[in-house]
Amino acid sequence: MTYWNRAMETMSRDELSALQSERLTGAVNRAWERCAPYRAKLEAAGLQPGDIRGTDDLPKLPLTLKDDLRDGYPYGMFAVPMSEVVRLHASSGTTGKQTVVGYTKGDIGIWNECMARCLTMAGATKDDIVQIAYGYGLFTGGLGGHYGGEAIGATTIPASTGNTKRQLQMFLDFGSTVLLCTPSYAMHLGDAVRDAGIKDRLKLRIGIHGAEPWTEKMRDEIEERLGLRCYDIFGLSEVLGPGVSCECAERNGLHVMEDHFLIEILDPETKQPVPDGTPGELVFTCVTKEALPLIRYNTRDICTVDRRPCACGRSFARMGKLTGRTDDMLIIRGVNVFPSQVENVLLGVEGAAPYYLLVVDRVNNLDTLEVRVEMADGFSFDEVRRVEALERRIAKEIMSALGVTAKITMAAPGSIERSEGKAKRILDKR
Amino acid sequence: MVIEQVSVFVENKKGALKDTLGILAEAGMDLRAISIADTSDFGILRMIVPDADATLELFKSKGVTASKTAVTGCKLPDEPGALHKVLSTLCEAGISVEYIYAFITRRNEDAYVILRVEDNVFAQYVLKSAGHTIMTPGDAAGL
Ligand SMILES: [Zn+2]
Repeated sequence: MTYWNRAMETMSRDELSALQSERLTGAVNRAWERCAPYRAKLEAAGLQPGDIRGTDDLPKLPLTLKDDLRDGYPYGMFAVPMSEVVRLHASSGTTGKQTVVGYTKGDIGIWNECMARCLTMAGATKDDIVQIAYGYGLFTGGLGGHYGGEAIGATTIPASTGNTKRQLQMFLDFGSTVLLCTPSYAMHLGDAVRDAGIKDRLKLRIGIHGAEPWTEKMRDEIEERLGLRCYDIFGLSEVLGPGVSCECAERNGLHVMEDHFLIEILDPETKQPVPDGTPGELVFTCVTKEALPLIRYNTRDICTVDRRPCACGRSFARMGKLTGRTDDMLIIRGVNVFPSQVENVLLGVEGAAPYYLLVVDRVNNLDTLEVRVEMADGFSFDEVRRVEALERRIAKEIMSALGVTAKITMAAPGSIERSEGKAKRILDKR
Repeated sequence: MVIEQVSVFVENKKGALKDTLGILAEAGMDLRAISIADTSDFGILRMIVPDADATLELFKSKGVTASKTAVTGCKLPDEPGALHKVLSTLCEAGISVEYIYAFITRRNEDAYVILRVEDNVFAQYVLKSAGHTIMTPGDAAGL
C-alpha cells in the first residue's frame, strides 16, 4: 500500500484526536486575535479562546455560514495582511456575490500536500502523465489538480477544460495516464473517444473526478468508455478546493484529510451531532489554514460519515456522497425529501431526463407529491403504453429511494423551465 | 413501404392541442389524417402529413418535440367489413396492433387505415399475401 504521507494518513485515532485538539486550539486563538468577525461571533456566544481546549469543545463553537463569508466580501474574513496572501480563488455565487478565498504560502503548501495524497490514494505516481482537464481560473479545480500533479513529481499537463478534439490528441500524443476533470466532462470525453474509435490507443488508467455530483452508473460508463478506473474527489473552495477528501482503492467513501479538516455531521434541526452513518449537515473546521479561518463551516450539504477502519490502512474518516442540501429540503408526510435525490433517481432511469419540477400540495390534509419529469430526447413516446410504463418505473424508483409515493407526469423534452443558477425545482402549494 | 407518421407529445393543458395545430395552420401545412390518444395526463397527437421531415423541422423550429414513427398503411375499399378483414388477416398471423386509425379521402373511393405494428415488413407481407393493398408514401403525399 502506498501513501503520500504515511505518518499522518495512518496515525491512530487517538494520536489524530490529540493532534486535532492541539491544532483546533491554535486555530481558534488565531481567529480570535486576527479576524474581527470571528472574535465578534465568539464573544456573542460567550466564549473566550481559553474555553476551547480540544475537539470535545467543538460543539460549543458557533457555526459559520456562507452568508458570513459573503458579508465579508472581499477580504473581511481574512486573518492575515494582504502582503501574506499569495493567491485568490473565488467560488461562483449562484446568487449575487461570490465568495473570495485567499491562500498564504503555507495554505498553498497544505493544498499541494492534500492533492498529492489524493493522487497517491488513487494510485498515481511520479511516473504518470497527468492531464488536468478541469478549468483553470478562479475555479479551484485546475490549479488545485495541477500543483498536486507536480507535487508527486508526475508530468502534469495544464490542458484545462474544453476543446475536446485537442484533449483526445493529447491523450494520444502525450500518452496521458491520469485524467482529472469533472465527471460530466469525462462522460463527454468518453463519447468523443468512442466516436473517434481510439479507445485501444489510450494509455489512461486512472480518472479522478469531482466538483459535481455523479452516480455509480456514470462511473461505470466513464470507466467503460475511457478504459480507466475512476475515483471520486471532493472539495470546496471555502475550505480548500479539491483535495479535502478522496476515495482510496477501496472506494468505500472519501477519506477526509482530518489532520487539516475536522468533519462533523449535524442534525439539520437541532444542530447536534448525529451518530455515524446517519445523514445530516456536513460541517468543516480548518485547523491549519492561515488566510481564511473557517470554524464550523456549515456547508448545508447532506452527508454521512464513517469512522470505522478502512482496508487501505488509512485512519481518516470517510464521508459519503452528498445527497442533498438542507436549503432545498421538503418535508412530505413527515419524510425529508431532497430534490437532488429525485435527480439521482432520474439519472438512473432510461428514457427520463434529469429535468423535473416537484409539485407539493395538500389534499384532505394529506401532503401530495407530483413529479413532472421531462422525457429524454429521443425517447419514443408514440405509444401510450411506453409512456405509462416509464411513469410507473419512475414512481417505483422514487418510492424505493425516498420512501414517498409520487404521482409522475411526463413532460415533453425542454418543456420544464430552466433558469439561471439555482433552478426552480419546487412548487409548494401548501 | 412504410408511412412516416409524425407524433407530438401534448401536455394535458388547456389550449395545448390548439397551439400545436396552430403551428401547422400558420405554416399552411396540410394534414392528411389525424388521431389523438389521450390519457388523463397527456395526449399523443399522431398525424399523416404530405412531408414528414418538413413537418418535423417546422415543429423543431417552434420548440415542439415531435418524432417520426414508421407505420403501415393499408388501402381498403370503402365498404362494410373491409377493416374487419384486415384485422382478421393480422390476427391469424399472430400480429398484434398497438393502435389503429382510419380515414377516407374525397379524391378517390378508397379508405385508408394506419396500423402501428411491431414489425412493419412482416405485417405488410402478410397483408399483401392476403390480397390487401399497401399504402405507399406517394399515396400519403398525393392524397
Ligand atoms: Zn481507504
